[in-house]
Amino acid sequence: MPEFSLTALPPLFADWFASRGWAPRRHQLEMIVAAEAGSHALLVAPTGGGKTLAGFLPSLIDLAERGTRPEFGPGSGVHTLYVSPLKALTTDVERNLMTPIREIGLNIHVESRTGDTKQSKKQRQREFPPDILLTTPEQLALFCAWEGSRAYFSDLKCIVLDEVHAIWSGKRGDLLNLGLARLQSFSPGLRRVGLSATIDDPDLIRGWLSPVEPEAVRLVKGDPGAPAIVDVLISEGKVPWAGHTGQHAIPEVYATIKKAGLSLIFVNTRWQAEFVFQSLWAINDDDLPIALHHGSLAAEQRRKVEAAMARGDLRAVVCTSTLDLGIDWGDVDLVIQMAAPKGASRLVQRIGRANHRLNEPSRALMVPASRFEMLECQAAREAVADNAFDWEPHHAGTLDTLAQHIMGVACAEAFDMEVLYEEIRGCAPYRGLSWETFEEVVDLVATGGYALRTYDRFARIVRTKEGRWKVRTAQIAQHHRMNVGTIVTAATLNVRVGSRRAGGKLMVSGRKVGEAEENYFEQMSPGDTFVFAGQVWAFQGITGTDALVTHAQDKDPKIPSWGGSKFPMSTSLATRVRDMIQDRDHWRVLPADVQEWLELQEARSAIPDAASMLVETFQRGTRHFLVAYPFEGGLAHNTLCMLLTRRLDRAGVGPLGFVCTDYSLAIWSIKPMDGLDFEALFQPDMLGDDLEAWLEESFMMKRTFRNCALISGLIERRQPGAEKSGRQVTFSTDLIYDVLRRHQPDHLLLRTARADAAAGLLDVARLGQLLTRIAGQIRPVALSRASPFSVPVLVQIGRERVGGDAADMILENAAEDLIAEVMNEAEPGVVAA
Amino acid sequence: MNALLQQTLSPTRRACGSLNVRIMGEACVLRCSGALWLPETGTLIAADLHLEKGSAYARRGQMLPPYDSRVTLAKLRAEVEDLRPRQVILLGDSFHDRGSLARLAQADRLEIAALTASCDWIWLTGNHDHEALNGAADPDWPLPGRVVEAMDIGALTLVHEPEAGDRPGEVAGHLHPCATVVAHNRGVRRACFVTDGRRIILPAFGAFTGGLDVRHAAFSGLFAEPPMLAALGRDRVHALAWNSVR
Repeated sequence: MPEFSLTALPPLFADWFASRGWAPRRHQLEMIVAAEAGSHALLVAPTGGGKTLAGFLPSLIDLAERGTRPEFGPGSGVHTLYVSPLKALTTDVERNLMTPIREIGLNIHVESRTGDTKQSKKQRQREFPPDILLTTPEQLALFCAWEGSRAYFSDLKCIVLDEVHAIWSGKRGDLLNLGLARLQSFSPGLRRVGLSATIDDPDLIRGWLSPVEPEAVRLVKGDPGAPAIVDVLISEGKVPWAGHTGQHAIPEVYATIKKAGLSLIFVNTRWQAEFVFQSLWAINDDDLPIALHHGSLAAEQRRKVEAAMARGDLRAVVCTSTLDLGIDWGDVDLVIQMAAPKGASRLVQRIGRANHRLNEPSRALMVPASRFEMLECQAAREAVADNAFDWEPHHAGTLDTLAQHIMGVACAEAFDMEVLYEEIRGCAPYRGLSWETFEEVVDLVATGGYALRTYDRFARIVRTKEGRWKVRTAQIAQHHRMNVGTIVTAATLNVRVGSRRAGGKLMVSGRKVGEAEENYFEQMSPGDTFVFAGQVWAFQGITGTDALVTHAQDKDPKIPSWGGSKFPMSTSLATRVRDMIQDRDHWRVLPADVQEWLELQEARSAIPDAASMLVETFQRGTRHFLVAYPFEGGLAHNTLCMLLTRRLDRAGVGPLGFVCTDYSLAIWSIKPMDGLDFEALFQPDMLGDDLEAWLEESFMMKRTFRNCALISGLIERRQPGAEKSGRQVTFSTDLIYDVLRRHQPDHLLLRTARADAAAGLLDVARLGQLLTRIAGQIRPVALSRASPFSVPVLVQIGRERVGGDAADMILENAAEDLIAEVMNEAEPGVVAA
Repeated sequence: MNALLQQTLSPTRRACGSLNVRIMGEACVLRCSGALWLPETGTLIAADLHLEKGSAYARRGQMLPPYDSRVTLAKLRAEVEDLRPRQVILLGDSFHDRGSLARLAQADRLEIAALTASCDWIWLTGNHDHEALNGAADPDWPLPGRVVEAMDIGALTLVHEPEAGDRPGEVAGHLHPCATVVAHNRGVRRACFVTDGRRIILPAFGAFTGGLDVRHAAFSGLFAEPPMLAALGRDRVHALAWNSVR
């Protein structure tokens, strides 16, 4: 790298840095040099290094030198487009960007545009484009579907993708990349700039960002910050055997908060957030201002918390991944991670929230919720110290996403198939797309891709006389624009305060408290109490799209806010945990009670070495148990259990059920399992026919298919004027899945859904690695009773709720039959014995 | 379910998984397919086929698979072959919209012709298909079978849409009832019959038909006492008490 002096910085900007008492950082200057060379660039830097400013500086300089902006014609359009994965981040960046613009006195117009932006403002933006437009990937997909988008973006000089490490690898990344190619075709000189947190292999993102080969993207690395100080809460003598909540440590967490200025308390699910928030307030004798922030809360509620943070009015905020990404809402002193972080990268991201000054170390405290989590937290701590991060692997571009993009293109302008094919092949995720598959996707967009060609006259896109494709009617285009995006959420209900009128009729009578997944309320009967938005509520019933609740006096909610992590433990953390378990010297970093637990396990059963997998069998009551310890994360374990129970069924042992944790799995059966041939049972060939057969019946396939059908536009989520809840669906995607599977099993969307399920929900790739790893390395131990290691997974079994009361025995049994039947076809394991 | 209701309905199970019940004293069989079988008169009743629903959505830009009519007709054929009915009565909304008849594939028209030729065939009109059934049909292909608005069989009155209040003997469709049973932290949602022994509402028979939850307001005012639900399982019908669903 060449040496830089301040000459890269125009005097106006140099003076501004000086007036603030700052010196521009090396990577900020390197980004300016990259821009002057006209090169794409990827900046990889830790939080607190002035990363966002580095991304914008070249545009600010360019705009400052531009002089007066023409009112129309060339040069009058958007100069720089900024895309961030979070709506809130655009607001934050707008505020931060305005500081230098105002202080330098630049005549630069900055606006943001998200799903929350008012219609009138959006309209004005179309007529009078700002110089810098801040937006989200979903809005970019919408831009692509605008009529006139080509002209609107013809002046675009630069696109800045913030937190690109958090978007690039999934379907959102696919859609964003397709949007990039679109913009590049509107404005061939467009420069792509990615801003990323520290990653192991920046070339992955360089490759993704580049329109050609990765080398076309200049890599700029920020200086590493001071190493973070990460501690694990030891809770001597109190670490529970099992659990997800960290309840035992609440008093210690409270004491820690009291000593710090502002603490962020991260949890992995929103129900954990509710639980921790509730528990902290229960002992909040000093009335510390402790707030709650998660994705289900009403937007105004979240904005209030954010504003209070920014003002410095709060001492602690309990939050989920909604605050993972780089928003600066105040000076955070300490990050507390309740329950294991499940991945070193997530932990690093969260730690980065504490202390946005590069040269001072961030402070973080992990609070393990169980003994296995104690091991996992120690492993995560060491991984952070070693800079060993885990990131999702690269994948081929998804076809449902491609279908959505093609539809968007057809809504904007008539396209030539061959030209569009070349444009799409310029996107890294779609470099391997064959012409045949592309044609299939276009057919899917046009008529649904069915062998039975009865829909040709209803085609959504049609060929013009010139042989180009365009949307058939303006109405179809409007429907498409209402359904853009790849984030498919479960059907949600508004949680509203209600009351009963005379006559018992339930009415909405108060404010909206937030939103929650419909299936959460499926478990509830009217009168059941639960915690939401930091209060205890009584569920009253559902009307339309509202779940009505009333304030409950009950301090002890009936419906537990339980639930494990939604993220499985990462592969690299899992490896570290396995290594730690077999390394007795390593045990010394653990608290005494956890060490004793490990020693007890060694005495009663066995401590497996890192290469082998322990399988315990024992009897408990009338049930026979098999407990295995693959340490490969909940998703892979779940899939493994589904497949194992099929095999055990064939082996005649009568499997009755299973449960999994991130560390282990337990299967129980009518007959003993200690005499089985475990090497045969765990043979990797289960990923062949067994997987195929099970997958076809799996409810997860149906869910995955639904997502693919929604993303591809085969089915629409939203239609004008028709907000329907899941309770009033007009057709069932499950039925569509069944019909399609029977009549056209090779349909493009079924193939897409299978690939998605294998990669995501089922974690098949990881299961494959696991089975290969343990082949010939299984260590069976027949025990007379449950081992210390088996307790956490056995405790899970008691968690299952069993509904109904004894008076309804006959019909209850019928209901049980129905559940059992569905479980048998979907999840053979979860049937309680 | 209270004892009185249990006695009135006296549900028993057949070997095929269907449930026997009595509605106003008339013997009724609740079939796994969602059809109602009256063994004494040899009458097969099915509600809400919604044929050509797929193409109706396709016409408006949602490309649902075009296989729904053939799936529904195949399901109906299986019932006809199994039961050999003297008459088949479809309780309305047999066609999804007025253009459905015109959009039917030739193979599906032939199947309808063959089915209707096998016994006395009656189409009740529903809100979705009264236009299709009353003359909007393709002049080249007159729909076989009789079209009526309502009819009586013994103590039973067959209509498309249930009416509020006490309607003893009413057999209706229209609402597409379905129910969610929850256990082990999981909800299972299935189409169902709803009956209190005085009247009955049939589930929708069509392949793509969605459901309306039985707790929806549309069901209130139809039953004086909480009714029994009979949910469609894979190979049996499950009797459920009102308070066992969510």
